[in-house]
Amino acid sequence: MLAYTIRRIAQSIFVLFVVGLVAFSMFRFVGDPVDNMLGQERTQEDVERLREQLGLDQPFIVQYFRFLEQAAQGNFGLSYRQGRPVAEILLERAPATLELAFVSGMMALAGGIALGIFTAIRRRGFGANVVMTLSLIGVSLPTFLIGILLIYLFSVELGWLPSFGRGEVVEVGGWTTGFLTASGLKALILPSITLGLYQMTLIMRLVRTEMLEVLRMDYIRFARARGLREKSINFRHALKNTLVPVITITGLQLGSIIAFAIITETVFQWPGVGLLFINAIQFVDIPVMAAYLMLISVMFVGINLIVDMLYFAIDPRLRADRTSGGH
Amino acid sequence: MKKTGILAAALLASTSIGASAETIRWARVGDALTLDPHSQNEGPSHTMRHQMYEPLIIRDMSGAFQGALATDWAPSESDPNVWTFTLREGVKFHDGADFTAEDVVFSFERAMTPTSDMKELLSSIVEVRAVDDYTVEFVTDGPNPILPSNFTNLFIMDKDWTEANNTVEVQDFEGGEITYATVNANGTGPYRLVSREPEVRTVLSINEDYWGADEFPLEVTEIVFTPIQNAATRVAALLSGEVDFIQDVPVQDLSRVSETDGLRVETAPQNRVIFFGINMGADDIEADNVEGANPFADVRVRQAMNMAINRDAIQQVVMRGQSQPAGMIAPPFVNGWTEELDTAMTDVEAAKALMEEAGYGDGFSVRLDCPNDRYINDEAICQAVVGMMAQIGITVNLDAKSRALHFPLITDGLTDFYMLGWGVPTYDSEYIFNFLLHTRTGDRGSWNGTGFSNAEVDEMIVSLASETDLDVRNETIATIWDVVQTETMYLPVHHQVLNWGLADGVGIPQVDPEDQPKFKFFTMN
Repeated sequence: MLAYTIRRIAQSIFVLFVVGLVAFSMFRFVGDPVDNMLGQERTQEDVERLREQLGLDQPFIVQYFRFLEQAAQGNFGLSYRQGRPVAEILLERAPATLELAFVSGMMALAGGIALGIFTAIRRRGFGANVVMTLSLIGVSLPTFLIGILLIYLFSVELGWLPSFGRGEVVEVGGWTTGFLTASGLKALILPSITLGLYQMTLIMRLVRTEMLEVLRMDYIRFARARGLREKSINFRHALKNTLVPVITITGLQLGSIIAFAIITETVFQWPGVGLLFINAIQFVDIPVMAAYLMLISVMFVGINLIVDMLYFAIDPRLRADRTSGGH
Repeated sequence: MKKTGILAAALLASTSIGASAETIRWARVGDALTLDPHSQNEGPSHTMRHQMYEPLIIRDMSGAFQGALATDWAPSESDPNVWTFTLREGVKFHDGADFTAEDVVFSFERAMTPTSDMKELLSSIVEVRAVDDYTVEFVTDGPNPILPSNFTNLFIMDKDWTEANNTVEVQDFEGGEITYATVNANGTGPYRLVSREPEVRTVLSINEDYWGADEFPLEVTEIVFTPIQNAATRVAALLSGEVDFIQDVPVQDLSRVSETDGLRVETAPQNRVIFFGINMGADDIEADNVEGANPFADVRVRQAMNMAINRDAIQQVVMRGQSQPAGMIAPPFVNGWTEELDTAMTDVEAAKALMEEAGYGDGFSVRLDCPNDRYINDEAICQAVVGMMAQIGITVNLDAKSRALHFPLITDGLTDFYMLGWGVPTYDSEYIFNFLLHTRTGDRGSWNGTGFSNAEVDEMIVSLASETDLDVRNETIATIWDVVQTETMYLPVHHQVLNWGLADGVGIPQVDPEDQPKFKFFTMN
């Protein structure tokens, strides 16, 4: 167990190093930050002075190791755009993204499971077929288009919901929340739907398939033969057995909801880390881009590590593998 | 059930609490980068500062000079190297401190330090001295007739406040520390800073003690600013009534906005001209398929290219009428601009003949570098020009990319045919000549990617800085423009047009040509 854990952690750290290295080598192709930082009246000396000051005259490998050295001490540098510490900016922006991800994740889970069950049980019904057809839209329409369509309908035409921003937020011990005000809750609706729609259709289709499979099992047939009520068969016996893979997938998808909130945040001007990242790219704000990419890779690597460890705990075959030498 | 009832009631209540008539909700694509008055010489940052801080003089929304913290200014009668400014009396900073000459001297000295982004505008100043509490003298290294035009974005801070908050130095990225002035403000301006979350929301409220309370409408009592990056979302926010004013309406949405009840679009030519630069100076260029020669070195080729651009077509098709075709690379309100120079004609046949004459009847191919996120429809303009050049036999390979990648190509001399836009904050041709025409040396010619270099012209450009006889100076400017028009190293395209989308209740004297709304001039009803 210990050897396996250590090996997996070592692998994870190695992955993080590689991600950082690749990211840093890409930054050179994003453009020259100095150009954005100095006005049009700058002189060549200004450019050189600033480049040297920021260490941009060094090869990227040197820049990378300097970044790692600082990052290890918890210092992610100063944003070129805002002139404030990157860690502070990320912390300030994180609640917006996490709340959005949480709400859309919950919505995707609840809606996906409910609709999945519905379409599985009434799989020949008219309603189920409509839902299945509509779900294709959820899977195939790009996020930004869904967002803009929702804005057009609910903000411009109907005027019910705000088209941008977080509304009023309340600060609770360093965490800004939109859950406590009416405008904050209203502002959450459209972005959450936009962000969660894809996940919801994914979960719905997964639940439906699993459910159909389970419903064909012998124990369900026996339950029916025993004369149990339909409701109890569907929800107590079938659903429970459906949920295991659903929960695994949902856990893994949580990472991507956070990471891919970028587009939704841009469309709705949602002040989260995704919007921050987009701004950073346009401005070639290397410290912010680096910190964001590292954060996201830490998150993904972390989730995968936890999943691996859980499998190890659950699945005895992995333990047997160790004696036979690797897997 | 009861819960939903409460929630619904709460939702209803929140919609009925509209903004009071005096609040203006304002959005544009990007936020100010910092509030520090002398860091980041950049449009959106200056616009935000103009609400809170004041320079000695400003341009009103029509572009004319107007005294702000200064009431009078003139070159000294005894010494041509000195400008004397008389300051406004009885002005107070937001924290209650008195505004005096000491603050002016301090602010200019701060703006001239190496980490300041404003220092280039003040490079001719040798000394700033306070004669008495309300008189300041600026000593320059030679006569500088247009010195005041460099002061319109040079904001005055309170010396004591700045020192007390340990923010005397303009923010320097090396320090790795955030300075007080980047997120706090204490100016003399019409609005005070209430709260600011960078990139999210900035709230300003009226300064009750503003010196100009009787002179300006000052009907806006609160400003709520939100940057909204996505153009469709920005327009949607205006259409749905969530904001009252957006500064950048995309050209494709203009009719949508102006046809909506309660909204209107106001338009004015912007202080920015869009043009192409051609590398005429190199012996051979890399971006073409002609070996051992530079086709751009031949003036006939450049003139042919200039004649091949159909500016009216670009205006109608690409810009949907939202541009003003240009024949010179100076915006209309700049000293030196003439209507005659600003007209260009399209003549494809004559252009073909010129190409033939120059020995390029069969044409050649060349790469065009173009930004895709900087100017209005920049990439689409370049695409249109590709087709127009094809008519005279020049095969253009378009390479469009982000501004962060595009502009270094020009300043590093890595492009031979490129798009550039230029604004003239000083409203004088000298500014254009300094950056776009002078031989690339030291402080001058940093944006001259054309390789044009003419010692005589350089001399004339330098002489502009110290020529006090305005007639002689204007004559020199005209002579230099003649050279520019004959040599045709730049192919002007058009003057950009600003489109402000406003709710009907918001009144403005006119659209500010520098795209800097100053809310003290706004009216609300």
